[in-house]
Amino acid sequence: MQKLLELKKLKKYYPIRGGVFRREVNTVRALDCIDLDIYRGECLGVVGESGCGKTTTGKTIIRLQDPTSGSILYYGKDTEPGSGLDIGKAKRSTLKRRGIRSRLQMVFQDPATSLNPRMLAKHIIAEPIKAQIPMRGRELEDRVIELLKMVGLTRDHLLRYPHEFSGGQRQRIAVARAIATDPEFIVLDEPTSALDVSVQAQILNLLKSLQSRLGLTYLFVTHHLLVVKYISHRTAVMYLGKIVEIGDTGNIFKQPIHPYTHALLSGIPIPDVEHKQQRIVLSGDVPSPVNPPSGCRFHTRCPFTLDRCREQEPDLLEVENGHAAACHRHDEVEKLIYEKFGGSQAAA
Amino acid sequence: METLLETKDLVTNFYTYEGVVKALNRVSMVVDHGTTFGLVGESGCGKSVTVRSVMRIVQEPGLIENGKVIVYLDEEDKRAGIDLLQQSEAYMEKLRGDQISMIFQEPNAALNPTLSIGDQVSESFLFHQKREMCTKIVDDLTAPGCRTFYPLRRLEETIYRAAAKTPDAFLLKIFDRMPLLSRWQKRLKKEAKKRTVEIVRKLGIPNPEQVVDQFPHNLSGGMKQRIVIAIALACSPVLLIADEATSNLDVTIQAQILDLLRKLKNEAISSILLITHDLGVVAEICDRVGIMYAGNLCEVADVREIFHNPLHPYTRALLDAVPKLSAKGVLKSIEGNVPNLVDPPPGCRFHPRCPHTMDICRKKPPKMMKTGNNHLTACFLIGGGEE
Amino acid sequence: MGQHPRLRELKFTLHRIFRNPAAIIGFTLLFFFTAVAIFAPQIAPPKYAHNPYIMPHKGYSPTPKPPSKASIFGTTSGQYDIFYGAVWGTRTAFKIGLFVVGIATIVGIALGAISGYYGGIIDEILMRITDIIWAIPTVVLAMAIVVAFGRGLDKIMIALALIEWRWYVRVLRSEILTLRDQDFVHAARLMGVSDLKIILRHILPNAIYPVLILASMDMGSMVIIAAFMSFVGLGAPPGYADWGQMVALARNYIVGPPDYPFKFWYTIVVPGGCIVLFVLAWNLIGDALRDAFDPRLRRR
Repeated sequence: MQKLLELKKLKKYYPIRGGVFRREVNTVRALDCIDLDIYRGECLGVVGESGCGKTTTGKTIIRLQDPTSGSILYYGKDTEPGSGLDIGKAKRSTLKRRGIRSRLQMVFQDPATSLNPRMLAKHIIAEPIKAQIPMRGRELEDRVIELLKMVGLTRDHLLRYPHEFSGGQRQRIAVARAIATDPEFIVLDEPTSALDVSVQAQILNLLKSLQSRLGLTYLFVTHHLLVVKYISHRTAVMYLGKIVEIGDTGNIFKQPIHPYTHALLSGIPIPDVEHKQQRIVLSGDVPSPVNPPSGCRFHTRCPFTLDRCREQEPDLLEVENGHAAACHRHDEVEKLIYEKFGGSQAAA
Repeated sequence: METLLETKDLVTNFYTYEGVVKALNRVSMVVDHGTTFGLVGESGCGKSVTVRSVMRIVQEPGLIENGKVIVYLDEEDKRAGIDLLQQSEAYMEKLRGDQISMIFQEPNAALNPTLSIGDQVSESFLFHQKREMCTKIVDDLTAPGCRTFYPLRRLEETIYRAAAKTPDAFLLKIFDRMPLLSRWQKRLKKEAKKRTVEIVRKLGIPNPEQVVDQFPHNLSGGMKQRIVIAIALACSPVLLIADEATSNLDVTIQAQILDLLRKLKNEAISSILLITHDLGVVAEICDRVGIMYAGNLCEVADVREIFHNPLHPYTRALLDAVPKLSAKGVLKSIEGNVPNLVDPPPGCRFHPRCPHTMDICRKKPPKMMKTGNNHLTACFLIGGGEE
Repeated sequence: MGQHPRLRELKFTLHRIFRNPAAIIGFTLLFFFTAVAIFAPQIAPPKYAHNPYIMPHKGYSPTPKPPSKASIFGTTSGQYDIFYGAVWGTRTAFKIGLFVVGIATIVGIALGAISGYYGGIIDEILMRITDIIWAIPTVVLAMAIVVAFGRGLDKIMIALALIEWRWYVRVLRSEILTLRDQDFVHAARLMGVSDLKIILRHILPNAIYPVLILASMDMGSMVIIAAFMSFVGLGAPPGYADWGQMVALARNYIVGPPDYPFKFWYTIVVPGGCIVLFVLAWNLIGDALRDAFDPRLRRR
């Protein structure tokens, strides 16, 4: 599998300003040393709770925000084969000039605010095309209609304002806008969280078909684990700005390694009456990313903390083929959970 | 199971610029004492409007046109059913928070950022339980171990006895407003604070004495939602209505809150009416489920029945569209869009999207029919409607 | 949906505005004033063709004369025809309002947009400059300019235009600060749209509503301030067709002789009434616009 993006030691810190002269008093460590490889054509799901940094990851990769340090290597169509371009350090104008800007797109969470309420659907979709190539008139309209058809809408929908559409239709327009410039990589930030269940199914199926049709690579950020299971090939679990586990989606759900992954999986409300829930209820709340705990960040809520966990931060080590976890006790977690909570948490 | 709440043919309309939105189309549902009833549906189906009509807090420009909302607050006395739509606003004010409480989706919006947590929870006690608290204070004052200065004690006793008899006395209201005389409430407020700390502790919040003096912005989302539940449960209501109370919370916090609700149901509340779009939550915690679509109640059954034997085509489609842990293959989505309720489809409102539409579905709206196992469905495929 | 969507939106907006009875009153008054202003030469033919704003007067007597056949509303002290002044004063009022509000909106929007969108050091500098402008009292500035350049309505208009934009900068900047973080602005940046296009196409059409409301209210406020200046003696010279000036002429005749205090009511009521109705019209319109554009109430 070819690599499309490679994140090396990516950090994103936000300064908190205080005091009379608004000096930096503290930092929010939204992303702390992320190493991640994204392969061409795959859908990588990123899960975690609020404050874990998953949205920040997506926004930083496509340079909606600038990373504090670290590199983002991009091996795309417009770069020389073999060597990647560090898009983390490149200037915005360079990205635009080399056409890379249009290869990295995003679909936002709330379809109500991601479309300009004063623009017609036609103009919303035409805008990215016009920003890149000077297409106009008939040609532009034909291309917009083609995009609308690809996402399941018709030409009647051209001349309407966003508030005249339903949530699902608005999200389709957002997707059409994202694919308008022929991108390679799309970050999907909770695209179905604001939608109903039946509409969610429609949009997920649409995204799947577009991925195979146009050869796209997705970064699917969500907190809904069942959605991630449906659509992503690989999954990364994040906690407080670090990746704690990553691997093939099937493996993560069948044989989770990290205790946090176990807790997340056991916490999902399953729409199945027969499923007996042995819930791992974590104590306390998520610590603030301003002052993350020392050592392993999860140690304050982990039921199996050792002294080593408090002092030393575990590395993301590959346990099996492609399945990596960051836990000092990764080989005994399964046994510990069985002892403490009884029954296996792994789902079929 | 005795009936707690029964709505009969509830009709609510919204008068907007685009036309009259027929939000509720003769909704009839029954909630029993001691059960958790889950009201499931997608956005625009009318589940929020239904419970707001029950509580009579429908927003402008909505109007409850027709129907009955009957509550049987006393579990034993079945004849004491009261039609809430006929009662005065004063009666409803006494009812809300005391017998029937409601919690909403956004804990940030439900708490006043300028008042401390203690103040907000005590408000419930001070409004509804004045009489009980005054009686208790009188008892404390007349108890032999009381150490207050004697004349002051007699004075307070008289005031509190009067307050216990008529808590809404006009004179007391005047006293509240005057600078020095409002100090008569000191004991009352202290008693309310004591009860507040108790209920906050009951909800599993650590250090309740400190939390009671803090402000909402000091707390996390999960804590805030617990405080909202504390306010709702302060006066031990018979029915708790939760309008998508856990939708905005993280998975682990949602798990905590659902656990809490389950525990409290046995101790503090009799019944819960839970509104949600998440079938997982329904499977977790509900005893009986009602599915709504476009202002109609399509199907009502026990939770196992709904998952194992869904009869209405919409329920079937909904269950197929939900991502499951063990699912393989493509998620089946439902064709088409939710209808515009200004001009809803004639007959059965689901017929344009239903894979089994018959001729009669286009003409007449189906009636709720009972099919064994306490399972009610409104569909011409099952039971002939009225033939 | 046969109609063009913009037409539908316009109809909906008009419905929202005219639902409010205040709007109907406001627009009717405004329509009346506009008609008077446009047809001023026909209604009150000017005596001096080169400058119709000089009011005609028969004689120099200081005592105002009551309404009669010769002068419909009577005359002011100095025998200026009140009817003539009221009619041509409408034009003056519109001139003042449009000039000051026009300049203030243009400067205010430009500075507010740059300040709000870019933030950082540009925002700081522009806001501090605006703070300096905030510190200047309007009347003192007007007096200073009059002292330097002599009295006249145009000097007042310049004085007002110099500082009135400070309101618009603040209002627009605060709207932009909320809009800047909306997803559709992020999406536009992702597409590589230039900053200027983002401001013009995305941000301004959504941020303009409070500015519109402020502008409509300001039209009335400017007239009042200019009237005040004229009353105090800084603005238009006596004999200029300006409502404030006419009120200034009536200064000594507000209360008549002890036995008949309302003897000279027409000198105050007519020009004062014009000011009141003009400002009322714009205030009602501003109110109705605010109700119509409030995003929470809009889509009902």
